[in-house]
Amino acid sequence: MQDRKRIAIIGATSAIAEHCARLWLLKEPSDLILVGRNSKRMERVATDLYIRSQESNIQIIEQPDFSAPDAISFTVEELFKKKPIDIVLIAHGSLPEQHVCQDDLHTCRAALDINGVSPVLFAEAFAKNMEKANHGTIALISSVAGDRGRQSNYVYGAAKGLVSRYTQGLQHRLASSNVNILLIKPGPTDTPMTSHLKADGASLASSELVAENIVNAVASRKKCVYTPSKWFYIMLIIRHIPSFIFNKIRI
Amino acid sequence: MRKVSSWGRLNAHPHHVMHLNSPVQAEQIIHDTPTTGIPYGMGRSYGDVCLNPQGTLWMTTGLDHFIAFDHNSGRLVCEAGVLLKDIQRLVIPKGWILPVTPGTQLITVGGAIANDVHGKNHHIHGSFGDHIKQLSIIRTNGEVIECGPEDNPDWFAATVGGLGLTGVITKAEIQLSPVSSPWIDSETIPYTNLDEFFELSDSSEADWDHSVSWVDCISGGGRGLFIRGKHTPKSDKLEPKTSQLTMPITPPFSLVNKLSLRAFNMAYYHLKKCRSTRELIHYEPFFYPLDNLHEWNRMYGPKGFFQYQCVVPRQYGQDAIQSMLKEISASGNGSFLAVLKTFGDRQPLGMLSFPQPGVTLALDFPNKGKDTENLFSRLDAIVTEANGRLYPAKDARMPRELFEAGYPRLSEFIKYRDLGISSSLSRRLIGS
Repeated sequence: MQDRKRIAIIGATSAIAEHCARLWLLKEPSDLILVGRNSKRMERVATDLYIRSQESNIQIIEQPDFSAPDAISFTVEELFKKKPIDIVLIAHGSLPEQHVCQDDLHTCRAALDINGVSPVLFAEAFAKNMEKANHGTIALISSVAGDRGRQSNYVYGAAKGLVSRYTQGLQHRLASSNVNILLIKPGPTDTPMTSHLKADGASLASSELVAENIVNAVASRKKCVYTPSKWFYIMLIIRHIPSFIFNKIRI
Repeated sequence: MRKVSSWGRLNAHPHHVMHLNSPVQAEQIIHDTPTTGIPYGMGRSYGDVCLNPQGTLWMTTGLDHFIAFDHNSGRLVCEAGVLLKDIQRLVIPKGWILPVTPGTQLITVGGAIANDVHGKNHHIHGSFGDHIKQLSIIRTNGEVIECGPEDNPDWFAATVGGLGLTGVITKAEIQLSPVSSPWIDSETIPYTNLDEFFELSDSSEADWDHSVSWVDCISGGGRGLFIRGKHTPKSDKLEPKTSQLTMPITPPFSLVNKLSLRAFNMAYYHLKKCRSTRELIHYEPFFYPLDNLHEWNRMYGPKGFFQYQCVVPRQYGQDAIQSMLKEISASGNGSFLAVLKTFGDRQPLGMLSFPQPGVTLALDFPNKGKDTENLFSRLDAIVTEANGRLYPAKDARMPRELFEAGYPRLSEFIKYRDLGISSSLSRRLIGS
């Protein structure tokens, strides 16, 4: 199979990433590379995906440290040695409790690393190789939380804001190339990461729906997608509320 | 705390909600839960079998991974939060199908086992549990028990149809049935009374895989439409495009009421009666006619609705059904969704499994408080008289005596209970 898609997923056990993988494989058998921190958890995902699409090839790469520059660079270089990657989805992250980040700088630092620095390092390694091949799509999951800092989760928001601003620059750099960079901004989504929000009764979008929007946005080579799409309008308003009003509301 | 309802939307009490996201993490969570809990999948049971107000709900839809599938033997192993829809879509193109499926595929495997659900082909394939070869449950003391028809058969008989009360089902192995295409040769035949219904049912058992009927609960005479179907070999017909509709709001009153019901039933019966139809139909609209109307349960308005489903043995069946239809017709209640079907002559597998030889009637009723409750009491009396029983998966109100009379193996079942697991229903009907 010459023109089989080669898709890499970083943070492959995240609920959104997993649903994206299911949708991609439902479309057509592909070569799928799952990169994650825990191979046991990835095996569960890989077995499931393989049963859903037995003609697909599914490979697991365990990468225990997601913020080690050398390891990241090595993993990505190895992937491209075989054959260029068509799509990479950078999906990992964790939602810290804001008050813990305020009280404990280690937690604060870890949250900034895993949600902000680490996705950038991965994207940069892929960008280098995709630019060389003049082919491919890098899809990064940021968050609506990165659009404006809010008291309830600004450390997480700052990390995601870093990803958003980084993506903007990368898009600028690769604008004349054939490489597409997609910035994904999900609203609060029903995933294990948000189960404490859900327990409190927040209404969350399903990860299936978010995944569907992502897969469609990748296919149509979009630059930026809010998912579900209502978040585009919500954040448009939130971004434009003057701070003398914004600072009076607790969101 | 989060407010959670079941499909009948009769109430929405706060629950502690815990998400089970992997079998390993599930063991830890179930063991560490400080209150009693009950597993909750898609929340498609109508009453309180899946509710535990002020206690914990263990949400199982995160356990949605396939574990193994053998194309040659049709054995499928999956986690218990996998939806029947995902199984059908995976296996039907490969020549296999779930042997038993209820009227919605938007339910989890765990729920299907815990309620030992049945479908339109009970006379051939029995209930869902009849096709489970192995399952795993997690107990609140941390113990994991594997059981199947040959392996720990007593635990298996307690867990199949066990209403989630023996442990949290996390994994199951299912034997699928071979099928040659997604198409079903279906025939709709009007009947004008129950004699005709029973004749049609009996004469269809040998040659038809599936049979069910819609009964007009307003006319009182027992007229309806008998629908039977059999799997057919490949067809060139294109698969239908499914369009999803969602009931957008909960209307302030039930759209199902005396006025709408009379008109609807009359029109439906006469429209279909004009032509006895035989057609090739895709399995999704045949098995799951309501699945494309999301949240149809909202049409009963803010007070929600009950479903009443009973089974009565065949020797009293016809008289009992006739009397129930008369009661319902006289009350002017009931709904468009009224189903009458016979069960095959098979002994139930689980200690608390609902299906048993006889005839089953299922109806929705908008919740009208005392009126509805009084009607149910009259129906209960008929069911009791006829040695019948009600289906716990649909129930939100049956008296404890009726449950005890209907399920003689209850005392045997109690030994396998996990007392860290409790639901509104178990407290109402078993006392804890």
